[in-house]
Formats: sequence, structure tokens, C-alpha cells
Amino acid sequence: MKSLGSIRRDFAPWNDPNAKPYIQFDNVTKKFGDFTAVNNLSLTIFEREFFALLGASGCGKSTLLRMLAGFEEPSAGRILLDGQDLRGIPPHRRPVNMMFQSYALFPHMTVENNIAFGLKQEGMPKPDIEKRVAEMLKLVKLEQFAKRKPHQLSGGQRQRVALARSVAKRPKVLLLDEPLGALDKKLREETQFELMDLQQELGLTFVVVTHDQEEAMTMADRIAIMDKGEVMQVATPAEVYEAPTSRFVAHFVGNVNMFEGKVAERTANTTRITGSTGAQIVVDNGGAAAPNSDIVFAIRPEKIKVSSKKPVDAVNALEGEVYDVAYLGDMTVYHIKLDDGQIVRASALNASRITEDPLTWNDRAWVSFRPDAGVVLTR
Amino acid sequence: MSNIAITDAAAAPAAAKPFLTRLAAGFVNRLVIIVPYVWLLFFFLIPFIIVFKISLSQTAIAMPPYTPVLDFSDGLSGFFGGFRELNLDNYAWLTQDALYFKAYVTSLVIAAISTVLTLIVGYPIAYGMARAPATVRPTLLMLVILPFWTSFLIRVYAWIGILKPEGLLNQLLLSLHIIDQPLVILNTYTAIFIGIVYSYLPFMVLPLYSSLEKMDYSLIEAAKDLGCPPTAAFWKITFPLSLPGVIAGCLLVFIPAVGEFVIPDLLGGSQTLMIGKTLWNEFFANRDWPVSSAVAVILLLLLTVPIMLFQQAQAKAQEQGK
Repeated sequence: MKSLGSIRRDFAPWNDPNAKPYIQFDNVTKKFGDFTAVNNLSLTIFEREFFALLGASGCGKSTLLRMLAGFEEPSAGRILLDGQDLRGIPPHRRPVNMMFQSYALFPHMTVENNIAFGLKQEGMPKPDIEKRVAEMLKLVKLEQFAKRKPHQLSGGQRQRVALARSVAKRPKVLLLDEPLGALDKKLREETQFELMDLQQELGLTFVVVTHDQEEAMTMADRIAIMDKGEVMQVATPAEVYEAPTSRFVAHFVGNVNMFEGKVAERTANTTRITGSTGAQIVVDNGGAAAPNSDIVFAIRPEKIKVSSKKPVDAVNALEGEVYDVAYLGDMTVYHIKLDDGQIVRASALNASRITEDPLTWNDRAWVSFRPDAGVVLTR
Repeated sequence: MSNIAITDAAAAPAAAKPFLTRLAAGFVNRLVIIVPYVWLLFFFLIPFIIVFKISLSQTAIAMPPYTPVLDFSDGLSGFFGGFRELNLDNYAWLTQDALYFKAYVTSLVIAAISTVLTLIVGYPIAYGMARAPATVRPTLLMLVILPFWTSFLIRVYAWIGILKPEGLLNQLLLSLHIIDQPLVILNTYTAIFIGIVYSYLPFMVLPLYSSLEKMDYSLIEAAKDLGCPPTAAFWKITFPLSLPGVIAGCLLVFIPAVGEFVIPDLLGGSQTLMIGKTLWNEFFANRDWPVSSAVAVILLLLLTVPIMLFQQAQAKAQEQGK
């Protein structure tokens, strides 16, 4: 069986036409004065989904989250949660909880009381609160820190308290605003997997805002890539990476080589592209590109093969010169300057310790790729 | 902290330097700490000792109007001989006449009520300022400080014009037909409260503002997010976190209000009994310097001892991790 990229888990309600959406943004617009933070945006999130909003700062992703939490009201459009219109419902009556980027732990309360805060508001009986708090402390492995104040904890521990506090009430939806932003790289990677496990364990719907594509790719079932208040693409991590629908998405997620060009010829199975610098490229999935239209051919560095001799059976092979070599241990990144002047980035996995075909600066080299290695982008 | 750092930095290369240069560097560093201590010595401790000394002497019809004690005019033997003459008669006198006790208690009560009123008036002002857009905040701060540019005395006098029976307030209320008889406010305790709240408001607002302003607003959002209605969020989050500002503001209002003399004298009329006024009477009307000095010493103890105990308790609480 073949699949695009790798499958994270067997969960895809978005492919099921009968699946009931859980969170729905219907033509939502949010303006702050003259500035449009979110522009006529529609989005559907399903129950138990781990959904990521990915974008650069100022793209409107946090505004979207804050509208869901109730801190901002949409200027136009509506937001539905489990079929209920959220308009006019204040934050303290919404069945969603948020984990703040700054953690927003109450500095005058102990870890225990921070976690119990939401439960007390609910009017939960005291023994139940104690039980739930103990459960939460165990979940985030902070049992021995129950009596500490937030300023006596490390950054990672504070992050866990914030997480425990936001899931203590068992909200329908957990909103996470840059949950790992303040952690160092190593801790961040560990915590990513912990968050995924936690989501599975509790069976909650997670909506996470992040600017870190790796974080979104690792954790999310689907990613919405946002730019200037609009959603550019909503898809699984594999689709976003292997089948971006626009230059923006292709550029935003991972590294990419772009060839500007025109569609020279279309047959049933192949599309021939003439690059603006003369390169001839044949691909087997031309998408919606019409003959003679301006397009961009996008291909990821790891899908390009670099060799010192022209590969015999290659459909696409372009000649150039090695411009830069970066050895990163697990892989080597080559920058090849093609004879038409374009620089192509190619990465080779160092699967063995010995390199069969070593290339270095100023060597003549060929780059080659399969007809299904890249995508044709029309926008 | 910084002081230690400076000394260390100066000391490190000092080994090679000549002794005198090192001494000079050490002296410059010390000077920075010495200045405020010298100031306190000359303008607080020495005057206090003089007042304390006078409080132990007896009145006399003389210049100055008391018998000097512990004087060096008779040489050292006279100085030590003076110890035998010392007595606490003036302090005993304060306990015998109920007037002083009443004056102390009234002053404390008036100061306490005024402090609470100032807090009630000042908190919303400080809160509003702290939540105002960052661009307007400096202007609002300026407006709070602005009254200081006019003499305190003139501002208190102005209140007479507002509060007197034919004053601005009564004229306004009469013309609006809210009242048909002029209100008697001037020369009552109400007038004293108005005067104190008005005069000391900035001392309450400024510390409150500074503690509210640095509070992270996302804490309130977090409280709401966890199901806390806005009013409850204020009492559970905002108010406890502003307590340092509340305490500082209350002390800044309460302490001077206890000894306040001008406001009760001008707005409170002749029958108000406050310790500041009693002190003034003893000193200028009765020319009884020893007794008025005793009044002043007791007032000082009354105010500093509880504050010192409070600070000690707070420091201890802080050591235990807040």
C-alpha cells in the first residue's frame, strides 16, 4: 500500500462526509480598528482532533484562539462549538480551557491551589477536588511539588502546572497558546510527545497555536497554515509537506527548491515544464495547470539526487557545479549551481559511513529527480 | 548587593595598588552609604534625642521654658548628677489626664477611618489608571501629582470655601433643589475626613498604581477562563496581588494622618480633639515644652513600634517562601 508521507494514526474524520464537525468557524472576521486580524475565515475541527494553527507572528492564529476562549468576539461571522453558537457567552461560561503562553500561574497560590482553582469555581465538593488535584499532579509528575509556589519551580515544571490546571476541569476543548515556546529545545521535544500521549489518554480536542513548524508536524493530526488572517491550507502534516497547494505553504514548511516556468506540454500522464532559464522538467502530476500557463515547480531537497555522472535512467537531470557542501552528520546538504545560474539545494541521507560518490566544491555534478518527486503550484 | 559587587571589583586589582589608593577607593564606596545615614543622624536621631531629653525635664519660667537636664554646663559631674534628677513625671502626667488618652484614641480612629476612605476612593482611581492605554498613563500620573504644585495650606483653605454653610457645595446643592437647608459640614469630623482623603489621596494612589500596573493581565484572563466571574476574579486575583501596594499606601496615609494638625485645625473647628492639635496647644498655648515633648515621644512610639513589628513579620514570612 502506498501513502503520501507517513500516517500518524488511524484517525481521519475529515475524510468522512458524515462526520459531525465539533468546532466550526463560519466566515469569521476580526478587526482591531483598521487592522484585520482574521479575514473571513472558515475552518472545521473534529472531536478528539489534535489541531494546530501554524503561522508567523501576527498572522491571526492567536486571535482565532482567543475568540474561541471568549476573550475576543468576532466582528463578523460565527463560531460554533458542538452545534452551539458561542456569541455572547463570556469566557467563564465556555466549556473550553486555555493554557497561556506565559502560563499565567497565580503567583500567590501554591501549585495545588492553582490546579484546584477552576474546580472550586465549579463548586465541586472538597474531597472530589482533592482527588482530582492528586490525579492531575500525578499526570504531570509533580506530586512532590504540590505545596510550592510558582516562583519556586523551574520553567519546565511551571509549564506542567499550567497544563495540569487547564485540563483539571476536563474541558471539551483545550486551547494551547505556544505551549512549548518558553522551553529549551531538548525539553520541548520531550514535551511534544508527552502532550500527544496526554491528548490520547484524556480523549480531549486540542487546538494548539504555534509558530514552530516542527512542533506542529510532530503533534498535530491536521495543520492550518495561516497568513495575514487567512487560512492557506488545512491538511495533515504529510499533505502539507508533500502536497502543498501554494508557494507560501511550500516555503513556510520545510526547505524547498522552486523552479519558475511555463507548462510546455500536457499529455494524459505527464506534464512537461520549460523553466524560465531553459531547464526541461517532466512531472507526472501537473495538477490543474493549464498548458502554457505560468507555474512554479516545487521540490524538496531530499528528493533530489546528486551524482558526479549523469544518471542513465533519470527522466529529469540537470547539470551544474557544486557550490557549497554542508556535512550535518545524519545528512549532507549540497548547494548545486546549475549551468543556467539557479542554485538547487539537495540533501543526501548518510545511510552508510562511507560515501561512494564524494563531491566537493567546484566539482561538476548532476542533480536528478523522479517525475513524482515534486509538485506543480499554480498560486 | 551592588555595593558588595563594587567593593569586590575594586578589591580584585587592588593588591598591586598602593595602600592609600585602596583606602580612597574604599572610602568613596562607603561614602555612598554614609550620606543617608548622616542625614538620618542629623535630621532624625539628634532632634529626637533633644526632644526626648526635654520630655524628661521640668517646666520653668525661663528661656527656654524648662530646666535643662543632662547638661554639660556644670562639667562632667553635673552631667552624671543629672541622671539622679531624671524622672518620668511628664509621662505619668499623660496617663493622669484623660484628655491625652482621648486625643490619642481619637487621632488613631480618625486616621484609621480616613485611611479606609482614602483606600476606597484611591483603589478605583489606581485601577483605572493601570488599565488605561499605555499612552495616556503618564498624563494620568501627572494629574495625580499636579495638586502638589500648589501649597498644601492653600488647598486646605480652599476647602473652607467649598464646605462652609454659604460655600460652593451648599450653593450648588441648594440651586439644584437637592437640599433646602445648607448642610453643616465645616467644623465637623466629616470635614476632617474630606480634608484628609483629599490631601493624602496621591500617597494612596501612587503605590497602588505601581503594584497594579505591573500585574500580568493574563492572570485575570486565566481566572475567567477557569470559570471565575469578573468580580470574583478581582477579589481572588487582583486584590491579593495588589496587597503590597495597599499596605504601602495605607501606611503612607495613616502615619501622617495620625499626627495631622493643619486639617483638623482649619476644617475641624475648635472642638475636635486630635493629638497634633493637643501637641500644638501644649507647646504654644501652655508653653509646656516637657509635656508636649512627652506627647511627641509617645506618638512616635505608637506609630513606629507596630510598623517595625509588622515589617519583621513580613520579612519572616518572605524567608519562608512567601
